[in-house]
Amino acid sequence: MRGRFDKQLEQLNDMLLDMGAHIEKAIAMAKQALLERDIELAKKVSKLEDDIDQKEKDIEGLCMKLLLQQQPVARDLRLISAALKMLTDMERIGDQASDIAEIVAESTPVLTQPQFAEMADAVIKMVMQSVEAFVKKDLQMAKDVIKYDDVVDGLFESVKVELIELIRADATSGEQALDLLMVAKYFERIGDHAVNIAKWARYSIAGRKKSEPKNSAG
Amino acid sequence: MTAFEINNVNLFYSDFQALHDVNLKVNKHEITAFIGPSGCGKSTLLRALNRMNDLIDGCRVEGEVLLNGVDIYKEMDVNVLRKRVGMVFQKPNPFPMSVYDNIAYGPRVHGIKSKPQLNEIVERCLRDAAIWDEVKDRLKKSALSLSGGQQQRLCIARSLAVQPDVLLMDEPTSALDPISTAKIEELVIQLKKQYTVVIVTHNMQQATRISDNTGFFLMGEMIEYGKTSDIFSVPSDKRTEDYITGRFG
Repeated sequence: MRGRFDKQLEQLNDMLLDMGAHIEKAIAMAKQALLERDIELAKKVSKLEDDIDQKEKDIEGLCMKLLLQQQPVARDLRLISAALKMLTDMERIGDQASDIAEIVAESTPVLTQPQFAEMADAVIKMVMQSVEAFVKKDLQMAKDVIKYDDVVDGLFESVKVELIELIRADATSGEQALDLLMVAKYFERIGDHAVNIAKWARYSIAGRKKSEPKNSAG
Repeated sequence: MTAFEINNVNLFYSDFQALHDVNLKVNKHEITAFIGPSGCGKSTLLRALNRMNDLIDGCRVEGEVLLNGVDIYKEMDVNVLRKRVGMVFQKPNPFPMSVYDNIAYGPRVHGIKSKPQLNEIVERCLRDAAIWDEVKDRLKKSALSLSGGQQQRLCIARSLAVQPDVLLMDEPTSALDPISTAKIEELVIQLKKQYTVVIVTHNMQQATRISDNTGFFLMGEMIEYGKTSDIFSVPSDKRTEDYITGRFG
């Protein structure tokens, strides 16, 4: 009876997974560029961000079409409205991966932070699982992502403490330290966006928005 | 505040049981929608609220239907009930008489003869039904000359003329175009300030647009009853979810 609509919803899921794969790739490229000081690779992240922006527009278009044509209710309405909200977070993640790459491309490569590899891996995992939780309607996975954000927050705190120490020891490294703090902050924000995605996944699956301590990305 | 309280209602058409143990409260000054597939019992329940089913041979009602606390089957004269609970049907059914006389008919039956008083009632009801501006210059013309949407608003005006407490509407827009439908929906939302409205509709979007509460019926049972915003975003019963998302019905 609603075969076409179900196919369109499958298409929406596929498009979200595809966009998710692209933002994971953008974070991974930013990480590699950062760790290996690969400026050429850093510049490619910006190109990838354009693709991500285009995918956002395509998905948004499909959601608007589904709202118009199907006038969805109940789980369909939750799924489509959650997809629209998630999209914004996914697009922001692409922006932040690109921002990290931009710092790599423009700053003088002297210092790095040992936590960056771990932070990047952690947020890649969170992004991947948050989108997967939405598509597979896996409530537990969504909850796991929300909880895992503590790990990223902990890493950010440790970077911050080390950078304060660095500036205290050598005031001339202030500019570099600020760049590094920005990088750490972008990773931490990516984690927050992944949490937002996981919360929308949870809403789509379970239907209730739980009020939790504010941890949303803006 | 409750207008109707429906307690343990079972309704039979001879051997066939059309309603199974229905319990719900219809709040005053709210719009309550009944939804469900054809034959689910929603119109039967609507008609039970002003005893329209009395006219059907073999129809039997168990349980109680209270209007403002009074049992409409045991403690109320049916003519009093029909005055307090008006009904608008799927197909507009104006009387084959003038616009004016359509509205004045009910008040006249209830003993109002004064011309100025009837004039006042006719204008007020036509205004309340948002059709006054369209018909004020042709009150003496036949109601049958009006468009379908105008006829339906005229029928709503007619039902308002006896100052009911409750308006029952059985798919009032299913025979109308989108513009007329929008006008009726606007009107119904306005009417709830003064009246209680119970509406049966097959149009899910209409239920979401205008109603405060929604009851979902299936095979004579009320499956779920709650706030419309909850029913259409987070229904608690899978059968409600499957019906409203078009998985069956």
